[in-house]
Amino acid sequence: MSLMNYVYLAIVLFAIGAATVLVRRNAIIVFMGIELMLNAVNLAFVTFARMNGSLDGQAVALFVMVVAAAEVVVGLAIIMTIHRSRRSASVDDANLLKL
Amino acid sequence: MTGTAEAVLFWIAGPTMVLGALGLVFAKRAVYAALSMALVMILLGIVYLTQGADFLGVIQIFVYTGAVMMLFLFVIMLVGVDASDTTIDSLRAHKWFALVIAVGLGLLLASSLSRAVFAPPPPISQMNADGNVAGLASLIFGEYVWVFELTSALLITAALAAMVLAHRERLTPKPTQREWSRRRVHENRNVAGLPAPGVYARHNAVDTPALLPDGTPSELSVSRVLAARHQLSTPERYSSATPGEAEPSAVGSPDDDARPDRGTDPGTHVGTDDARGRGPARGNEGDDAR
Amino acid sequence: MTTLPLSLPTAVAAADAAVAPAQGMAGVAWLLVALPLAGAALLLLVRRPLERVGPIIATVLSWGSFVVGAILLVEMIGRSPEARAQHLTLFSWLPVGTFSLDAGMLIDQLSVTFVLLITFVGSLIHVYSLGYMAHDPDRRKFFAFLNLFVAAMLLLVTADSYLLLYVGWEGVGLASYLLIGFWNWNPPYASAANKAFIANRIGDFGLGLAIMAMFATFGTVTITGVDRAAQAAGDQAGTMLTVIGFLLLLGACGKSAQFPLQSWLGDAMAGPTPVSALIHAATMVTAGVYLVVRAHPVYDHAPVAALAVTIVGAITLTMGAIIGCAKDDIKKALAASTMSQIGYMMLAAGLGPVGYAFAIFHLVTHGFFKAGMFLGAGSVMHGMGDRVDMRTFGGLSGKMKITWATFLCGWLAIIGFPFLSGFFSKDKIIEAAFVGEGWRPWVFGLTTMLVAGLTAFYMSRLFFMTFHGKRRWLEDDHPHESPASMTVPMIILAVGSVALGGVLQAGGFLDWLAPVTGGHAGAAHHEPVLPIPVITGGTLLLVALGVGLAWARYWRADVPVTAPAGSWLTRAAARDFYQDDVNHGLLVVPGNALVEAATLADDSGVDQGTDGVGRAVLGASTRLARLQNGFVRSYALTMLLGVVLVLAAVWMVQS
Repeated sequence: MSLMNYVYLAIVLFAIGAATVLVRRNAIIVFMGIELMLNAVNLAFVTFARMNGSLDGQAVALFVMVVAAAEVVVGLAIIMTIHRSRRSASVDDANLLKL
Repeated sequence: MTGTAEAVLFWIAGPTMVLGALGLVFAKRAVYAALSMALVMILLGIVYLTQGADFLGVIQIFVYTGAVMMLFLFVIMLVGVDASDTTIDSLRAHKWFALVIAVGLGLLLASSLSRAVFAPPPPISQMNADGNVAGLASLIFGEYVWVFELTSALLITAALAAMVLAHRERLTPKPTQREWSRRRVHENRNVAGLPAPGVYARHNAVDTPALLPDGTPSELSVSRVLAARHQLSTPERYSSATPGEAEPSAVGSPDDDARPDRGTDPGTHVGTDDARGRGPARGNEGDDAR
Repeated sequence: MTTLPLSLPTAVAAADAAVAPAQGMAGVAWLLVALPLAGAALLLLVRRPLERVGPIIATVLSWGSFVVGAILLVEMIGRSPEARAQHLTLFSWLPVGTFSLDAGMLIDQLSVTFVLLITFVGSLIHVYSLGYMAHDPDRRKFFAFLNLFVAAMLLLVTADSYLLLYVGWEGVGLASYLLIGFWNWNPPYASAANKAFIANRIGDFGLGLAIMAMFATFGTVTITGVDRAAQAAGDQAGTMLTVIGFLLLLGACGKSAQFPLQSWLGDAMAGPTPVSALIHAATMVTAGVYLVVRAHPVYDHAPVAALAVTIVGAITLTMGAIIGCAKDDIKKALAASTMSQIGYMMLAAGLGPVGYAFAIFHLVTHGFFKAGMFLGAGSVMHGMGDRVDMRTFGGLSGKMKITWATFLCGWLAIIGFPFLSGFFSKDKIIEAAFVGEGWRPWVFGLTTMLVAGLTAFYMSRLFFMTFHGKRRWLEDDHPHESPASMTVPMIILAVGSVALGGVLQAGGFLDWLAPVTGGHAGAAHHEPVLPIPVITGGTLLLVALGVGLAWARYWRADVPVTAPAGSWLTRAAARDFYQDDVNHGLLVVPGNALVEAATLADDSGVDQGTDGVGRAVLGASTRLARLQNGFVRSYALTMLLGVVLVLAAVWMVQS
């Protein structure tokens, strides 16, 4: 089996994550889509690290995880705040981008 | 090229991950989406392990499945399980555009990567010559030490930010039981406390609304959460008092797309209860009333 | 020093060689301009602390300029006549490629004369204003503007190049505008300021064009350079010299209120009276005469332009005198008189070498007696509740003795009473006007002579209506003498009115000026067409007639409080010979029509076009704005679409 299969799997997961972000209206699920995209990229990093025989890709993947963890914390806090003030977790309700 | 064992694992784990990811797109409820996401995370961790990324695989399972996904579940719990997608999609064509573009993105990425030529991969043992954890550690604390320090700053900032965002200043002192009862008398509403749920010999009564003297069910008597989960019993079944009509007790189902309608007929709303306006106070009131 | 482009055929090397570099006190001649300029800046920038002491600082600085000027004069007299002119280079002003112009000062007999006139009269008027403006809430601003004017006027007369002169020229225009409109809460005053400024702009435009023509013709704009070049190239560049002469004349007409740009001077009397005395009688309005005399080498070689100057002067002096006969407003009558007297100077300046020195001579004496009379008029107004209608004055001689006495001196001086200032200066001009051949001496000579009689009439009318005859005061009038800060300057100016002409005549002022004005010694070779005693006698006779007529009509007879209808000439003169109507018909009406046509074209053509573009953009953007629906999902979709498109492009390029 070619290692490229892992890469194709990462691409499929990434595309599904992107579709989740675009299609879903529940902010929590949208956020999970973002996490899925980050994880897909991590998979690609790990696979490429193996292809190159070096650990650098894994190190970068680790940093991606850290950043993703920080992002989750802040993002979920924001979702909580919005839900508290608007009683809604729908991204369509937070429409102040247009007056 | 990889060994057969790894190929077998891949062909099991890969399609499962894709299915789990698709669950994210199509699941009706946030909880299901979160659980399928957790499935993807665990499988990813296993894939990492087979790829020689031992440390990352463990971290993936610990951090993502153990911490991040649980955090998601906490938030879903806090926000409310009934906070699903809004029923009306204001952008109808948007969904199809998005799907087409996502598929296009995948195809483009795949087709461009398929044309790339890589040198044959060295064996995993070469990569992990010093051991995976020791090798990764020498990278993180050697070459990438500044990035590592930066991530620590980032994490601290994020923790602070989350505290600031989640913190809510209490504007008024928390009312005591005495004040609650005083207010009830003063407003002359529910002076005797909210009604308890109906109690029936054959059924767990917590999900069953009590019946008012005229035979209509009292929505005040059941928990809002149960109503949101569509787990209320139908009161008609008990009010009709004809034992032969026994039906399955739960109304609503996971594939019901409509906003939960509290499990009762619209005509059976009772009293002046406004769950939205009095939401936060309700649990308290109910607790000391029952 | 000027570096000339080599391609110019008329380039004059070492044009300024004749003028010695500055030595001694002339090295600090820049203090002349710097002191009042610093005063203006100080008073305008530091506001609250200087509300009370600011006027005094301004006055002291003005006197400081006078002291510098006086020292310069003393030093200059000490040198031989050939070495009196000095040149002080201040800094490199406009180094442009091969052309470079330095800012410098030309300290010669002519500029020192002006410096002393400006600083002495100006400082006296500063002192006078201390009393006159004592109760004005904005007097700090007023003194700042006065200082600004003095600085600009000094810059004008000491500039070593026409370009620097232009800076001063604009500066006095600005100061004049600010001071005429000083009481701009009164809309007519504000529009009078606008009128003066706009009329001056026409003249300034002429001066600007003249400077450009000088540069185009001679390649230099320094005064000495232009002088040399004009003398060297006199015959070849005849046409250009005539053009420059006419353009300079246009500038002079604007600044000196000469025909046809004279209409602003009467309205300029809206300013406070000290301003009228300083700017619109003694100094600024004579800048045109200064300009013509300064540029005399140009006129020497452009006889047509010189004749035009003479004709303009003759027309203006006649017109001003007639207008002066019909005005009941004391300040406007004096303004008409100023116009007429400057007409005398212009006429003299246009006569050529025979008249330059006389023009300056009359300018100096006129600066004294006219400023004195304006201050007297201000004193009268001060005592009569700021009223200006002479028909409600009368018999003030008893109540305001000092004012009456000083005004008497000025009056006698201007009508040319024998052996007072005006007699010496004006009589010389009349004599010079009779010099020449053909029709000119008869026309100009007789004009000046007759107008001398007319001058005597209207000035006597003004004097008698104000100070003599019956009292025609309003009921609540309580005339009183003005404070010492006002009367002392009047007395000093009155002394000057009486004695200055004789002193200067005896002191050889005309010979002193000769190195600059090209030597009036030539006059000795040209005898007037009539014998001099005849001219003098005839003039005095006409003057006596004028005074007598005025005495009969305005002292002995009763003066009606409301003005009689009068003859058509009186009515026309009272309306300034319909200047404003002519200007309105010739300029305003066609201008309005042009503007309306332009507005129409703009509305229907340009605006419709731009509105169409605007509507098109609006329509397109309204449709485009629907993309901005405020949903985060849509924006994310757009981002992803962009990524996909970029990827597709890369994919297509690489495949």
